[in-house]
Amino acid sequence: FRSSQALRKGLAELFTKKKLDALTLEELEDVLIRADLGVGAASRIADAVGKLRVEKGIEPDEVRKILAAEVERVLEPVARPLEIDESKRPFVVLVVGVNGSGKTTTIAKLTAKWRGEGKSVILAAGDTFRAAAVEQLKHWGAKLDAEVVSGKEGADAAGLAFDAIQRARAQEADLLLMDTAGRLQNRAELMAELEKIVRVMKKADPEAPHATLLVLDATVGQNALQQVEIFGKTAGVTGLAMTKLDGTARGGILVAIAEKYGLPIHFVGVGETAEDLEPFAARDFARAIAGLEDDEEPTVKGTDA
Amino acid sequence: MFESLSDKLSGIFDKLTRRGALSEADVAEALREVRRALLDADVALDVARAFSEKAQERAVGANIVKSISPGQMVIKIVNDVLVETLGETAEPISLDANPPVAIMMVGLQGAGKTTTTAKIAKRLKEREKKRVLMASLDVKRPAAQEQLAVLGRQVGVDTLPIMGGQTPVQIARRAMESARKEGYDVVLLDTAGRTHIDEPLMQEMVDIKSYASPHEILLVADALTGQDAVNLAKNFDQRVGVTGIVLTRMDGDGRGGAALSMRFVTGKPIKLIATGEKMDALDEFSPKRIADRILGMGDIVALVEKA
Ligand SMILES: Nc1nc2c(ncn2[C@@H]2O[C@H](COP(=O)(O)OP(=O)(O)OP(=O)(O)O)[C@@H](O)[C@H]2O)c(=O)[nH]1
Ligand SMILES: Nc1nc2c(ncn2[C@@H]2O[C@H](COP(=O)(O)OP(=O)(O)OP(=O)(O)O)[C@@H](O)[C@H]2O)c(=O)[nH]1
Ligand SMILES: [Mg+2]
Ligand SMILES: [Mg+2]
Repeated sequence: FRSSQALRKGLAELFTKKKLDALTLEELEDVLIRADLGVGAASRIADAVGKLRVEKGIEPDEVRKILAAEVERVLEPVARPLEIDESKRPFVVLVVGVNGSGKTTTIAKLTAKWRGEGKSVILAAGDTFRAAAVEQLKHWGAKLDAEVVSGKEGADAAGLAFDAIQRARAQEADLLLMDTAGRLQNRAELMAELEKIVRVMKKADPEAPHATLLVLDATVGQNALQQVEIFGKTAGVTGLAMTKLDGTARGGILVAIAEKYGLPIHFVGVGETAEDLEPFAARDFARAIAGLEDDEEPTVKGTDA
Repeated sequence: MFESLSDKLSGIFDKLTRRGALSEADVAEALREVRRALLDADVALDVARAFSEKAQERAVGANIVKSISPGQMVIKIVNDVLVETLGETAEPISLDANPPVAIMMVGLQGAGKTTTTAKIAKRLKEREKKRVLMASLDVKRPAAQEQLAVLGRQVGVDTLPIMGGQTPVQIARRAMESARKEGYDVVLLDTAGRTHIDEPLMQEMVDIKSYASPHEILLVADALTGQDAVNLAKNFDQRVGVTGIVLTRMDGDGRGGAALSMRFVTGKPIKLIATGEKMDALDEFSPKRIADRILGMGDIVALVEKA
């Protein structure tokens, strides 16, 4: 009896539901391509949506919601916080990425967050190359009450990493955040230098770095895949942060990255102040990609419960 | 793993046995692959579409020379249209105005404005023998003004002394006044990075422009930029009237489709490309080189040119 009822319901749905037409699916694929998912990931997701049956006469906004749900399914497993193992003191976080992606600013944001949780933080000014990079980090350190360990301009970043771990240990700091110079992943000699930083860190603490955060700029397109690949190999990236999502770039390349690498995505940056950091939320991110960022829930303005 | 555009195109054309002029149907199928290659290279979707239509018009009816395949022919045609669209001749920075000539740098955060400002200053000083003054109007990013001052010392170019508490517009005015008084030929104005939907900051940029009346307004943009290239280029151009584009991080392994996107939507020339962090890593724009990078088909183009 139960099964025949289920069958009847199934048949009824067959008559009230249909598949989205090819034109609509192409439009959905376009939405995804414009959000930088890349052709591959965009067509895979559009295909998945195409297999679903939807109500006849479905509203465009509803279609976008279905699209968002499919994107969310890919991102959900990688939306994970950066967990600090408190038995490691200092817990060492190495921050890496290409030039200008937002490494130093993200370090400032993390410092603000962890200082706010009452943790002591030490910063290592590992960008010994770029003009005034050390001053930039020192500004944040002073503002956020975190000691900055720095060397001379042009000094060896690996040596500095070693000193910084010693210093953080002597100070019994909870966390050590190491800034590094921006480098393009195709520059072998600069990537070798990064490898050396990791190697030398291990001399001071065999388990360091305990986390290696790759900072990606949301404005960057398909090259971000390459960044994840090479930084992952060289520095053993354990998680990602994506910056500059306060602009109009959607950062959809994270979907392709999630499919291919499954690396945790911890944070998003949404501005230039130390407070502009949010945990990565798969649902919000997916909705923004599908173009649904506004009027999230039905408005309940003026009807205080 | 990676099937190149030429493999795909020969796959398509192998199915066809006829020779002679390319038919509309042959070309349409080939251009679908071209569009996809452009998207993989980060060309913005609408630009990729409009561009392939343009290429299609050119390709239909084109005569196939015996020694080359239809696929190679299509690639050559697409390449030619690409080079044309990117702007065939290099347009240098213009200093053709009454001194001090102001050049203003604008763009998103972290694009490479400050670094490029110092590189251009060095070039103008060394190649054109100009007296150059640089001023940082970035009161926002920590140590931005120090950054420009350090670079100024590195390249031997003066920077406007840093004074706290001034607004960007006030600094611009001070820069222009000192330049006039002290007889500088060129004033480079480095501005803070801004997202193009940040209205107060976009307005600030417009205000700086109206005080300094820059002769050149250069949009500095990352060559690795994805689909957003069209939005940012359009918005900056609409607000201040960009006179040229500088593409940075061309030393990366990005395919550089943003170049086509930005040129296509603004019609503004790409004036320079930046190829590294060092102060001499600045090159003339070469449409051929960028076309090669976007399509990745330089060998085939050369082959057809010889045939
Ligand atoms: N709008 C916006 N700007 C950001 C964000 N994160 C960083 N920025 C800005 O981007 C620019 C570059 O940031 P940095 O933190 O210096 O980048 P970096 O990766 O350390 O750069 P290098 O050390 O030069 O490689 C600065 O102007 C920052 O204020 C963000 O989430 N949103
Ligand atoms: N590899 C490479 N790095 C570059 C290039 N141009 C600039 N950079 C680097 O990119 C980073 C950001 O450059 P900046 O000049 O500070 O960028 P900006 O646009 O002034 O940044 P904001 O003022 O924060 O908006 C620095 O690490 C530069 O060294 C380039 O052509 N290639
Ligand atoms: Mg930095
Ligand atoms: Mg700057």
